[in-house]
Amino acid sequence: MKRLLRGGRVVDPMNGRDGHFDILIDGDRIALVGKNLPADGATVIEVPAGFVVTPGLFDMHVHLREPGQEHKETVATGTASAVAGGFTAVACMPNTSPINDNAGVTEYILQKAAQANLARVFPIGAVSKGSNGDQLADIAELRAAGCVGISDDGRPVKTALLMRRALEYAGMFGMPVLEHCEDPSLKGEGVAHEGYHASALGLRGIPGVAESIMVQRDVALAEVTGASVHICHMSAATSLRAVREGKEHGARVTCEVAPHHFTLTDESLAAPVSYDTNMKMNPPLRATSDRDEMLKGIVDGSVDVIATDHAPHHYDEKKMEFDLAPFGIVGLETCVSICFDRLVHTSLIRLPRLVELLSANPARVLNIPGGTLSEGALADVSILAPDLSVTIDPTKFRSKARNTPFGGWQFRGGVAATIVGGRTVYVNEAATGAERFQ
Amino acid sequence: MTTQQVAAISNLRHKDLLGISDLTPDEIVLILDTAEAMREIGDRPIKKVPALRGKTVVNLFFEASTRTRTSFEIAEKRLSADTLNIAAQTSSLVKGETLVDTALNLEAMAPDMIVLRHAYSGACHLLSRICRAGIINAGDGMHEHPTQALLDAFTIREHKKRIKGLKVAIVGDLLHSRVLRSNVQLLTKLGADVWVSGPPTLMPPGIERAGVTPTTSVDEAVEGADVVMLLRVQLERMQGAFFPSLREYFTVFGMTRERMRRAKHDAIIMHPGPMNRGVEIDSDVADGPYSVILEQVANGVAVRMAVLYLLAGGVEHEAAA
Repeated sequence: MKRLLRGGRVVDPMNGRDGHFDILIDGDRIALVGKNLPADGATVIEVPAGFVVTPGLFDMHVHLREPGQEHKETVATGTASAVAGGFTAVACMPNTSPINDNAGVTEYILQKAAQANLARVFPIGAVSKGSNGDQLADIAELRAAGCVGISDDGRPVKTALLMRRALEYAGMFGMPVLEHCEDPSLKGEGVAHEGYHASALGLRGIPGVAESIMVQRDVALAEVTGASVHICHMSAATSLRAVREGKEHGARVTCEVAPHHFTLTDESLAAPVSYDTNMKMNPPLRATSDRDEMLKGIVDGSVDVIATDHAPHHYDEKKMEFDLAPFGIVGLETCVSICFDRLVHTSLIRLPRLVELLSANPARVLNIPGGTLSEGALADVSILAPDLSVTIDPTKFRSKARNTPFGGWQFRGGVAATIVGGRTVYVNEAATGAERFQ
Repeated sequence: MTTQQVAAISNLRHKDLLGISDLTPDEIVLILDTAEAMREIGDRPIKKVPALRGKTVVNLFFEASTRTRTSFEIAEKRLSADTLNIAAQTSSLVKGETLVDTALNLEAMAPDMIVLRHAYSGACHLLSRICRAGIINAGDGMHEHPTQALLDAFTIREHKKRIKGLKVAIVGDLLHSRVLRSNVQLLTKLGADVWVSGPPTLMPPGIERAGVTPTTSVDEAVEGADVVMLLRVQLERMQGAFFPSLREYFTVFGMTRERMRRAKHDAIIMHPGPMNRGVEIDSDVADGPYSVILEQVANGVAVRMAVLYLLAGGVEHEAAA
């Protein structure tokens, strides 16, 4: 089956394209990109004016919760949430139950993903067995089963020695180590950013240095080993400073920032005081200066990736005392709207840079194909609606979970349709004209 | 009430008392003024008025408490409320029930007010969102203990006839103290000059933004103070080493008669209790002539009567009755 996406604005930074092009999809691949392509028997879809055609967006930091925590999310609901958020692919973190530290779990996840048949799923394997930080997991077997990176996300890699060995060993396969940077002793029992607001609310603090001290360690180890480290969900200004220094010295370090960390600050906890557990995530919402530094990094290029750290939880689990509720918020279905509203429409960055952050760069970090609309590439395409007026309604989420601090927020910008392997897997009924992609 | 502030309002427009942070200066003064009237009831041969007759008040205590729970219960009984006490060890919490479920079950029996003490900050906010009953915070984690700050203010006002312009030194384990947070809110709202002192490891980050002067020098904090308030070293809330030893704590931060000489000659000494004698306070000082520690306890009943009365509707309630 052939489909011709005709006349839309195509933003494909890897190929240096930002203009009106036709895209011919043949089966699951992109056959041709050009001007005034002949229909040649293909179904013609006139791309509505105002829509933007981009390479498939890729969220490289997602918790799909399966196996073991299916009450929070499953591979099926998580990938449904992904495509509704404009993502054609996700990388899922290994802190499931059991931990994805062996090929059996990886294969199980991939089997569930194939059954769901929505977004592509790239599992991340554990660094250490049980993510306990003692012994390396069977990394080669994980890779053979389909893992594209390793991480003990949720926990930092306990010792510098194990981190060094993980970098060296995974480096042999060109796999990055994705690190949740956090010094456990400095974090202690903390639940909110250490500062005035946590103090006033009587919440134990997590200082920025709990993160950055481990970023510094890992950047140093990346430099020594020559292997790639990727800093997950970076939140502190001092962490970004360490990343920039590492890059200047040639260390293979990349980093990601989550939308809530470049949007919200710890003041959200206080205005009004609600002890809203949807404001509880790890790393926590930080100071305004940290938030502003994340924005600066997105603008100046030192931040490589925007990833959501999509962390679904059951509502019972979040309806608890702030100290007892689990960390984390869902992010897949709010990310694109936040990015348009806070980054593009504010003129901080232009659309091609956003596509780099959400598509090309995560693919590059994980060494997987994607992030382009090149001829011959898989036809993973996101159709975005930059001017769509969006009000976040958690009850409409495709995710099983509703734990977002953005409920009721209004944003300019959203998703029109999502195409995976040439097949339309999501159409946003609220975006006029999106039905053409059905 | 010659030189005291007199409330410009006659009612609290709140369902709950979650913290001093929700109160305006006028509302604080109203509670203190109402407490003056309530105290007189405790001096009568029959210590009971019908203000809360037919109201059900549940004292839901998830943390051990003698002083506060007893004080609330006496206050409730003097106002003729029907009271019942639920302590954590006897509740179904030990069976694994969540706070929300416990509260919803209580709520199903239609109490008018719930007095809540809980080990976690924000527990009262959680209950206030799900309960129709008024919630009174009797101490939530490290967040607030509003009735303690109100009774402290009542006691200060009684001795000093004012709060505005007084130098108040609060010394001790600042980090873990809900009494500190409520007192800082209240005293700065009423215009006191508040100094806070303790080890740097127990100094809440960013506390200067609350409008107080932090210092690690107890002597500097106490210098010229009208009120010296000591806070308990809360060993049960501490993880890890905040200071080397209790002995060294006493040497550097303990309140001794010698240190008190730096305060004004008529300074008063306060402590929310329970005291660690020989840690944050020397017995000489605790039992000395300027100690008002037991007056604080006595005033607690009147202040809690005022809070219960005003939240239950106050003047409006009486008019309707």
